[in-house]
Amino acid sequence: MSYGPREVLTGFDLDVHAGEVVCLLGPNGAGKTTTIEILEGFRLRSGGEVRVLGEDPAHGDDAWRARIGVVLQSWRDHARWTPRRLLQQLGGYYAPYATPERSRPYELEWLLDTVGLTENADRKIGTLSGGQRRRLDVAVGIIGRPELLFLDEPTAGFDPQARRDFHDLVHRLSDLEGTSILLTTHDLAEAERLADRILILTAGRVVADGSAEALTRQVAGNAEVRWALGGERFVHATDEPTGFVRRLFEQYGDEITDLEVRRASLEDTYIAMVQRFEAGDRTAPTLEEARP
Amino acid sequence: MNPARNAIRLGLRRGFTEFILSLRSPQDQGFYLIVGLGTLAYLFFNRDNKVAGTDLLVPTFALPSILGALLAFGVVIGPAYGLAMEREDGTLLRHKALPHGMLGYLTGQLVYQSLNLLPLLLVILLPSFLLFDDVMSNGAAGWATVAWVVALGLLATMPLGMILGSVVPSVQKVGTWGMMPILVLSMISGILFPIQVMWGWVQVVAQALPIYWIGLGMRSAFLPDAAATVEVGDSWRPGMTVLVLGAWAVFGLLVTPRVLRRMARRQSGSQVQEAKEAALQLIK
Repeated sequence: MSYGPREVLTGFDLDVHAGEVVCLLGPNGAGKTTTIEILEGFRLRSGGEVRVLGEDPAHGDDAWRARIGVVLQSWRDHARWTPRRLLQQLGGYYAPYATPERSRPYELEWLLDTVGLTENADRKIGTLSGGQRRRLDVAVGIIGRPELLFLDEPTAGFDPQARRDFHDLVHRLSDLEGTSILLTTHDLAEAERLADRILILTAGRVVADGSAEALTRQVAGNAEVRWALGGERFVHATDEPTGFVRRLFEQYGDEITDLEVRRASLEDTYIAMVQRFEAGDRTAPTLEEARP
Repeated sequence: MNPARNAIRLGLRRGFTEFILSLRSPQDQGFYLIVGLGTLAYLFFNRDNKVAGTDLLVPTFALPSILGALLAFGVVIGPAYGLAMEREDGTLLRHKALPHGMLGYLTGQLVYQSLNLLPLLLVILLPSFLLFDDVMSNGAAGWATVAWVVALGLLATMPLGMILGSVVPSVQKVGTWGMMPILVLSMISGILFPIQVMWGWVQVVAQALPIYWIGLGMRSAFLPDAAATVEVGDSWRPGMTVLVLGAWAVFGLLVTPRVLRRMARRQSGSQVQEAKEAALQLIK
């Protein structure tokens, strides 16, 4: 898939199943937003082939559009409206697309309650706080009961409570409603919590694809062992921490103190993979080993 | 339920809601107040002056012309600002993400911008009846003329505002791209003084554009027939008015949908993001 003179995605096959949450990770400028906008049909690609819900997004008609939800970054639109009025107005567009199995749009009170806006439903949108406004964005994005939902950095600017509420909402949508979700984020803990599958994108190339756990296992030396010996501190990266620690005790016994074994986090994996790719290296990534 | 008809129905409601919200907003009330007071002050301080070379009092001549110019100003600058702003703040993008959302959005804009004319014209018209004599000389027939001139003027000029709002690079540019040209055109279009005092070529330019004809139509509605002697050719030229304004309306109907489609196609989240960043960056 290409956009302008630049290939934004190369050799990339992505099948998202019903109810699956897929997360796109990558450094700034990796092509995440461009990719998502092409999939949403908001940008025209200059080459390649894309199918979303069985149709080419560049020619997606209104019936196709009704099955898709997009959560946009809002700024100051509809400042004079209230959330209730706006959701009522925008939800109305989905009514003709209701089917016996899938009623559209969502019931208004339920939606307000789900995103946590009930108390502020009749305030002017211009007076809402940043977090409340993002909740409204999410409500607008899902009001048509989408089968596929796009979220571009949905929790940027959320406080920890709002972030947790949002994660619960994503789980509810994917588990109970069977909504497939494609999201981008810079928050690796969020990706680990939400995503069934993670794709790491650098310079338009998918360098990793799998669950958070599977990705972590791809990095050689996926655990870190730290210990102290006679006042000196040591760090060692290893594939099999259990065996390493056993040998450590066999050798030094009681002299070992402050032992700590840590699995590589998704963040370590991510950094290792992006660095390896940027160095032009195609071999298996390794966790950096540090000696005091 | 037909989705397109449903979208138009939602658009009508959207336009009406926007209109009510605008009437309740202190910001917009302030705008109407300033326009009303400014115009009335001009007319009031010139209430005993005569239009150069004629026996007509300034308020008699200028009031209908100003109403015409305000109509053109309102329906060009209104949609131009509206579209340019809503392209940047994400309103348009929200509608692009909806099925038939653009149809609903544009219906809403047409309704909202048309309804906006009511307070804009009434805020001048109502006090004028109290302050000045003989504002409307032609009775019911005059009001009928007002109705068709307003309707035709709307069709002729609103598309220009929509085109302008679609092509300006940013909201801040609406002033230079829209406001200045309209003010200059109003000056040369015989609003405050008859067009004949201008050079010949300026008269030709003014008569090719809609503002002159809307002003002329409004004068023909409000002024007695004898006042037609001030006009070019000593006549109200209603046939020519219909012809010129009709031509502009046809031009608008042909060109505007294309421009709007092109603008809508280019809307994306990153564009909104860029506009946001540009607006936050005060010094470029």
